[in-house]
Amino acid sequence: MKRRDFIQLAGLGTGAMMLPAFAMGKNVAPEALLAPGLDVAVKKRLADAALNAAKAKGATYADVRIGRYLNQFVVTRENKVQNIVNTESYGVGVRVIANGCWGFAAVVDAKSEAQMAKAAEDAVAIAKANSKLMKEPVQLAPQKGFGEVSWKAPIKKNAFEVPIQEKVDLLLSVNNAALTNGANYVNSVMFQVNEQKYFASTDGSYIDQDIHRIYPQFNVTAIDAQTGKFQTRNALSAPVGMGYDYLQVNPSDKVTGITTRYNKGYDMLEDAISAAKQAKQKLTAKSVEAGKYDLILDPSHLWLTIHESVGHPLELDRVLGYEANFAGTSFATLDKWQSKNFQYGSKEVNLVADKQQIGSLGAVGWDDEGVNTKKWDLVRDGVLVNYQATRDQAHIIGEKESHGCSYADSWSSVQFQRMPNVSLEAGKKPLSVDEMIKDVKKGIYIIGDGSFSIDQQRYNFQFGGQLFYEVKDGKIVGMLNDVAYQSNTQEFWNSCSQVCDERDYRLGGSFFDGKGQPSQSSAVSHGSSTTRFNGVNVINTARKI
Amino acid sequence: MAILTKEEAKKIIDKVLAYSKADEMSVSLSGSRTGNIRYARNSVSTSGETTDLALAVTAVFGKKSGTSTINEFDDASLEKTVRRAEEIAKLAPDNPEYVPMLGPQKYLDINSYAESTAKITPEYRAQAAFDSIDPCVKKNLTAAGYLEDSTGFSAIGNSKGLFGYNKATSIDFSITVRTADGKGSGYATRDFNDASKLSAKATTEIAMQKALASSDAKALEPGKYTVILEPTAAVDLLQNMMRSFDARSAEEGRSFLSKKGGGTRLGEKLFDERVTIYSDPQNAEIPGSPFGGGGGGRMGGGGGDGRPQQKVTWIEKGVVKNMYYSRYWAEKKGVEAISSPSGFILAGGTESLADLIKGTEKGILVTRLWYIRAVDPQTLLYTGLTRDGTFYIENGKIKHPVKNFRFNESPVIMLNNLEAMGKPMRAGGNLVPPLKIRDFTFTSLSDAV
Repeated sequence: MKRRDFIQLAGLGTGAMMLPAFAMGKNVAPEALLAPGLDVAVKKRLADAALNAAKAKGATYADVRIGRYLNQFVVTRENKVQNIVNTESYGVGVRVIANGCWGFAAVVDAKSEAQMAKAAEDAVAIAKANSKLMKEPVQLAPQKGFGEVSWKAPIKKNAFEVPIQEKVDLLLSVNNAALTNGANYVNSVMFQVNEQKYFASTDGSYIDQDIHRIYPQFNVTAIDAQTGKFQTRNALSAPVGMGYDYLQVNPSDKVTGITTRYNKGYDMLEDAISAAKQAKQKLTAKSVEAGKYDLILDPSHLWLTIHESVGHPLELDRVLGYEANFAGTSFATLDKWQSKNFQYGSKEVNLVADKQQIGSLGAVGWDDEGVNTKKWDLVRDGVLVNYQATRDQAHIIGEKESHGCSYADSWSSVQFQRMPNVSLEAGKKPLSVDEMIKDVKKGIYIIGDGSFSIDQQRYNFQFGGQLFYEVKDGKIVGMLNDVAYQSNTQEFWNSCSQVCDERDYRLGGSFFDGKGQPSQSSAVSHGSSTTRFNGVNVINTARKI
Repeated sequence: MAILTKEEAKKIIDKVLAYSKADEMSVSLSGSRTGNIRYARNSVSTSGETTDLALAVTAVFGKKSGTSTINEFDDASLEKTVRRAEEIAKLAPDNPEYVPMLGPQKYLDINSYAESTAKITPEYRAQAAFDSIDPCVKKNLTAAGYLEDSTGFSAIGNSKGLFGYNKATSIDFSITVRTADGKGSGYATRDFNDASKLSAKATTEIAMQKALASSDAKALEPGKYTVILEPTAAVDLLQNMMRSFDARSAEEGRSFLSKKGGGTRLGEKLFDERVTIYSDPQNAEIPGSPFGGGGGGRMGGGGGDGRPQQKVTWIEKGVVKNMYYSRYWAEKKGVEAISSPSGFILAGGTESLADLIKGTEKGILVTRLWYIRAVDPQTLLYTGLTRDGTFYIENGKIKHPVKNFRFNESPVIMLNNLEAMGKPMRAGGNLVPPLKIRDFTFTSLSDAV
C-alpha cells in the first residue's frame, strides 16, 4: 500500500478524482485560506536559524523553503455539489551541500528556531552519509544574493476571496446550461491554488513570493440510446496563473470562428452550451478516412503537443539519464545540440522558454533555488540551441548561470529541474486562421486537447483532440470523428509550414504535470498561434467490441 | 509512534466519537512510514524516509457533511477537530446522494503485514541500490532504479459502532538498465508485501539480460502480430479495464459495459471463455484490505466507507458477472453494494513464459508497455508503446530484438483474441499471467530505446 492510499483511506483524498500529493494538507475551513501566513520578519528569523545551523555543521551551501500551500476544489455533477475541499499545508524544507553532496530534510508545521536548526542538521547528516556513495561533487553555478525581495502574481481578484456559494452557483448554472442544450451528463470542477513561498539561501537571498493558479474545467456527455453510442466534449478553458478574474467575461478575450475559443478571460457558461451541442453533433459526425492530411492546430490543442514533444525532451535531467527508470530519456542528445545544426523543426519554428510570461502557470520572480527568472531560446529558426537547466546542471552545457528551472511541489519535496513555460513564437508575417485555412486542400482543423501518448525518448507520438473539422479545398466542410494523428517529433516540427501571427496567440497548459520518483506535480503553460503542419499521418480510431 | 496498535487506535477513535454533537460521525486514523531510494547513472540521487500519522473526522448533519483533519493527538486538539468538522458540515450544501453510515461490520482476516518490510532501514535500501548498481558497473551498463517501502496501519470507526483496523506493508522495486552506447534497454519490476521475497539483485539481472539482448534492434513493419505480453506489460491494460467496471457509468450509458438501447451488458459473454477475473482479499500473494472499498488499494474508487472487502467474480468464463457500485447507486437500484476491489486475479494456466515462447511459431515478446492513454472510452481503445525489451520470436525461439512499436488496442478485443495464458505472477498488486494474443494492433514504429 502506498502513502497516497493511506491518505485516501483517511478520507483526505475524498472526491471524484484522485488529487495529486501536493494537494494533501490539512482540511480547513474556507476562511482559513484567507488568513495571513507568517509575517515575513518571522520567516527571515526562522530561515536564518536553519542557514546558520547548516553552516555550523559544515554545509558549504544551504537553502530553506518555508511554504504554505493552499488549495480549494469545488466539484459538481449535474445539479449536485459532489465535494468542496479546502486544504492548507505548511512546513519547511532545508537543502544543503556538505562534502560536495546534496542532503535534504523537511519538517511539518515548523515554527520555532530549534525545529529549523534540527532540520538543517538532519539535512547535513544526510548529505554526509550520501557523500560516501557520491561519484562527482555537485557543481553549483554561481548565483548572486538579492537581499530581501518579493514577487506577487499580478492577479486582479484572489479566488479565495470569492464566496464558495458563488462558485457553486456558477458551476451549477454551467451544468444546467449543458443539460438544457442536449447533454445527458455533465461534471464540472474549479481548482484554485495559492502557493505562499519564502526562500532563503546562504547566497544572501530572502525571497517572498505569492503565486496563484486557477483551472475551471467541465466534461459533458451526450448519449444516443438507440445506437448505444456516447460522445464527450471537455471545456476549452486553460489553466492559468491568474485569479478569479479569468472568469470575468470580456468580449475582447473571445476568439470567434467555427467555435468560440478564449484568451485571457473565459466564458464558462457559453462554452458549456457549445459543448453540449457539439457533443451531440459528434454522435453523427463522419468517421475519418485514414491517410495524410495537413493539420491546422488551434492553440487549445497545440499546447499539449508542444509540452510533450518539445518541453519534456529538452529537460536536461532527462537528456542526461536521471529519469531513465520512469519518464525516460531524450532523443535530443547533447551531441545534437553541440552540432549547432540539428534541425528540430522547419525555419518557421521558434520555441522559447519563458518563466516570466504574465498570466502563465510557470511565471515566478525567482525559482525554488533563488535564481531570478528569464526568457531564452530553445529552438531558433528550427535549430536546437538550448535546454532547460538548474544551478547544478548549468556547467554541463557550458553556461555560467542557471535558467531558473528549479521547482518543488511542496515544502516536503526536494526541488529539481522542472519545465518552464515553453511556447511557439507567433509568425512574423500577418496571417489569420481564415487565411491559413483558405490554402489547405485536404486538411483537418483540430481544437481542444484529447488523448496523448509519446515514447520514452520523445520520438513517436499520437494525439487526439476535442473537435475535428474536415477542410476541403480551402473550406471547412463538416465535423469528423475518430481522429488521431501519429508522427515523429523531428518529422512533425519540420512539416510546420505556417504559423498565424500574434493576434491569434493564446496559452494552454497543464495543471498537474507529473515527473520524478516519488512523483511531483507542477503546472506549466504553452503558448502558440494556430499552426499548420503538412502531410501528417492520421489514423481512424473507431473499433467494434 | 506512526504505527499504532489496534487498541491504541481504538482508544483515540472512541475519544473523538465521544466529542461528537453531529447526527453521524466517522473517524479514520492512519499512520505510515515510507522510505525510498532512487538512483540513476549508477549513482544514488535521492533517498529519504517519511512518517505520517493523521486523523480525519467527518461530521454529518442531515445530508450535509464536513471533514477536518489533524496530526496532533492531545484531547484539546481532538475536540477542536471535531468542532471544526461540525462547523464545516453545517456550512456545506446538502448532498442529495448521501447515504447513512454503516453499522458494525464483520471483516475478513487478512495478513498483509510482514515484519521483514517493517524492519527496513536506510542501510537495507542502500544495500539494495548497491546490489543493483554494482553488477551493472561491472558489465559497463547503466542502472536507474527506484525502491519504495511502506509500513502502515489504517483504522476506521463511526458513531454507529463500526470499527476496523488493518496493518499492511509493501515494497515496490523497479530497475531500468541501459547499455553504454544507448542501443539497448531492459526493465524489470517486482512488488510484494513481504520484503524477504524481493531480490534487487535477481530483478536487476533480468533487466541486464534484456538490455544486452535488446541492442541493435531490427525494424519490423507495423501491423497485426501475435504477441506474448509479459505480466508487467499486460497488467496496465487489464487494470484500465477493471477500473471501468463501475455499474453507474454502465447504466448511464457511458461505459463499454453499456448496452445498445439501454441497460448493461451484465450476463453477456464479452470475452474468450477461458477468461475469468476475480478479486480475493485473502489471496496470500496479493492480500488486500479488509475494508474501505478500493480506496485502500491500487485500484482507486470505492472510498473508505467501511464496506467489507469480499471475494468477487467479475468475469467468469468470458461472461460479465459483477460490476461495482457506490452505496448510493446500489441503494437506488436495490442491489448489493459490491465495492471496487484492491487488486484482481486473472486466472491463468500452468505454462511458464518460456513455454509460451516455445509454442509460438511467429510472434513478438513484449516486456513493458508505456504511456498508455485512453483513445475511445466506448470501446476501451488504448494507445501506448512497447519499451525496454521487445523481441521477435520465430519457431519457438527469440530470434532478435525489434524496434519499439506504438499500439492501438482494446483489452476487450485482446481478451477475445486470446491464444494462451501462462502461470500468473504478481504485478502491481494483481495476479496476471503472461498472455499470448493474436492480431494485436501495432500502428507505427518508434525509434526510442
